[in-house]
Amino acid sequence: MSRSRMFLRILLRPLIVRRGSSAIAVLAIVVATTAATAMLTLFTDVQAKLRGEFRSYGANLIVTAKTGDTLPPNALQRVESQIGNSGIAAPFGYAVARVDGRSVVVAGLDVERTKRVDPFWLASEWPASGAALLGSRAAKQFGSSDRDLEFRGRKLHVRPTGILRTGGAEDSRIYIPLADFTSWTGLHANTIEIAASGRPDELSGLTQRLSAALPEADVRPVKQIADAEANVFGKTRSTLLLAVIVIVLTATLCVLATLTSSVLDRRRDFAVMKALGASPGISSALFACEAALLGAAGATLGFILGIAVAFLIGRINFNSVVLPHWNLFPTIFLGGIALSVIAALIPMGLLSRTQPAVILKGE
Amino acid sequence: MFFRLIYQSFRLQRRRKLMAALAIMLGVAVSTATIAIATDIGDKVSEELRSYGANISVVPQEDTLDLNVGGVNIKPASEGAFLNEADLPKIKGIFWRNNIRGFAPFLSTQVTLGKGATARDVELIGTYFNKPLRYGKDDFTAGVVKTSPWWRVQGEWPKDDERAVLVGARLAQAIDLKRDDSVTVNGQPLHVSGILSTGAGEEQAIVAPLFVVQEITGRPGLVRRILVSAVTKPEDAFARTDPRTLKGPAYDRWYCSPYALSIAHQLEEVIPNAHAEQIRQVAQNEGKILNKIQGLMLLITIAALCAAALAVSAAMATAIMERRHEVGLMKAMGAGNAGVAALFMAEAGVLALIGGVAGYALGGILAAQIGRSIFDSSIVLQPVLFPIVLAVAFLVTYGGSFASIRRAVRLDPALILRGNA
Repeated sequence: MSRSRMFLRILLRPLIVRRGSSAIAVLAIVVATTAATAMLTLFTDVQAKLRGEFRSYGANLIVTAKTGDTLPPNALQRVESQIGNSGIAAPFGYAVARVDGRSVVVAGLDVERTKRVDPFWLASEWPASGAALLGSRAAKQFGSSDRDLEFRGRKLHVRPTGILRTGGAEDSRIYIPLADFTSWTGLHANTIEIAASGRPDELSGLTQRLSAALPEADVRPVKQIADAEANVFGKTRSTLLLAVIVIVLTATLCVLATLTSSVLDRRRDFAVMKALGASPGISSALFACEAALLGAAGATLGFILGIAVAFLIGRINFNSVVLPHWNLFPTIFLGGIALSVIAALIPMGLLSRTQPAVILKGE
Repeated sequence: MFFRLIYQSFRLQRRRKLMAALAIMLGVAVSTATIAIATDIGDKVSEELRSYGANISVVPQEDTLDLNVGGVNIKPASEGAFLNEADLPKIKGIFWRNNIRGFAPFLSTQVTLGKGATARDVELIGTYFNKPLRYGKDDFTAGVVKTSPWWRVQGEWPKDDERAVLVGARLAQAIDLKRDDSVTVNGQPLHVSGILSTGAGEEQAIVAPLFVVQEITGRPGLVRRILVSAVTKPEDAFARTDPRTLKGPAYDRWYCSPYALSIAHQLEEVIPNAHAEQIRQVAQNEGKILNKIQGLMLLITIAALCAAALAVSAAMATAIMERRHEVGLMKAMGAGNAGVAALFMAEAGVLALIGGVAGYALGGILAAQIGRSIFDSSIVLQPVLFPIVLAVAFLVTYGGSFASIRRAVRLDPALILRGNA
């Protein structure tokens, strides 16, 4: 039998013969790597998911026409080409009209886009052409009968069909479809609300790109939304990060303790090898190789399990899919191997200083 | 004899016992810390969510419409109904007074800024900045410093009793005004103590202490609108029921839950002729964000518990596996299966107790540190958690040991002692 075949045999046989302790060692590594994979996957993915949740606060960027003007008709297309998939934009046109001799702000809106940008609006029915959505305070003043809106001498007959509740300035306005608004007043939209998701630096980049694309308009972040989001998000992120670090660290330490004892348990094998003339190098290499094999198996299994755990958490909490991050695999794989090799080499250091005879006599 | 065995086992195998106890302690510590964070994160995050500003708006019942576009009041209403400034401190007298983090009254009007040819119409907003108030024996402050934390002032915030104002950043730019300049409002000179940036309509207005605006409009002691920032509980189906349809205990339960809606209801009770409404943009999303973050922490806690349980189990299993020889010896000397199992169980129990107590303490320190470093306030470990954590420690330790103990006990002593098992 050649040296390398002998080495392989000594390496592989114990894994099968001592199934119990091999299984425990693998289990320990699986626990640590599952925890690490799930937590790291979640941590990278959850940030994007949480940012998505924060978008229900409505617009964080507002494009407005310079005072007294309207935006060019193609402004929405230009804005949407800049934000691409990372946000939603909703155009609004505002005008002060007279109803029954009283002034009221009438706004034109794009129903589908508004629903997505301002999900917190509570509208009993969204306006179709010829209909109007009355803010709750406006509805209290004007009731539910048909009305004539008057703007610069031009009249528009509308039928109130829905009531809008937001608790904000919207409650005092009357909303009609943007197409009706444009044909009635002759004005285009003068405000575009944008709910864009992204990190603060991505947002300021987007602000700059929008300003360049629409030099005739003002583009400004909504500080109330942006500042608060940065605050809450930052704290949540730090809590998660610390929890993740603590969990991964603990799992690692526990596993280190387990593996170290399981290797120490085999000091007799080590002593026999040494007594038979194996150099400390060879026997250490043997134990390290065995540990690496177990580590590799455990890490692979743990990675798969970790993906499953992260997927489950994403599914339960965010109702959306947390995709596996394959680029984590090398880190987890090498980490698992390193963990088990370190756990094997610590006791090796202790053992190599003791005489095999002492161990074999059982003292 | 039994206790002597246990005692000697701990005395002689100090390193191994230490390893096992360490594993249990770490597992318990991480479980304790994550449970503590998960139970407390709701409170912490709702506190942080107050940085979105007011979530309840109080206006007079007989209200005229605002003419407001993009946060700019086109023509602040000068007629219509008002609320009494004197009623403001009563906000701190409602059932959920401790949940009120701040409130600010507002009164706006249109004024002429400057003189002669350069004169222009601007909006003048009157409010509290950081005004000390008193209700009963409670001293507190009210104002926009608390309700609108995103307002930034270049210069100084004006005092609530001095004739100084903040000028909105865009307005200041348009008329080339700096801090410590003076502005003429309706012919009256006012000191500019700072330049205000808010990212909204206030940047085109002048913000003054409330009494200045009351003087200019000739409406002493009146305000137009109050914004209240309250810590609330996420809205659920029960919160949305109309309180008028509720009776007896159900009404009490609704009234005594800190929903934005029930706090609004209580505000209407203390402020005469007021209509209070939740600001949906802030109030609605609060619950949503809170639920997501809490849910996430809960799931992470469960994951951490599972990982801790498995790690402890693995440690216990190793600790017992490596003592097969002892089992063989004991059985060869006539010990019964039950006796051997009892010995191991007792040892595991001692380990669980030590690891559990130490882990609880360590977890508490960990949670407090995390709370302090992130939220500037300690996360307090609920004493209720102690028995739960201890139970978890025992469960995990026994759960991990059970299979290994059973296997160790079943082995044939002859085989073990010959080293064949």
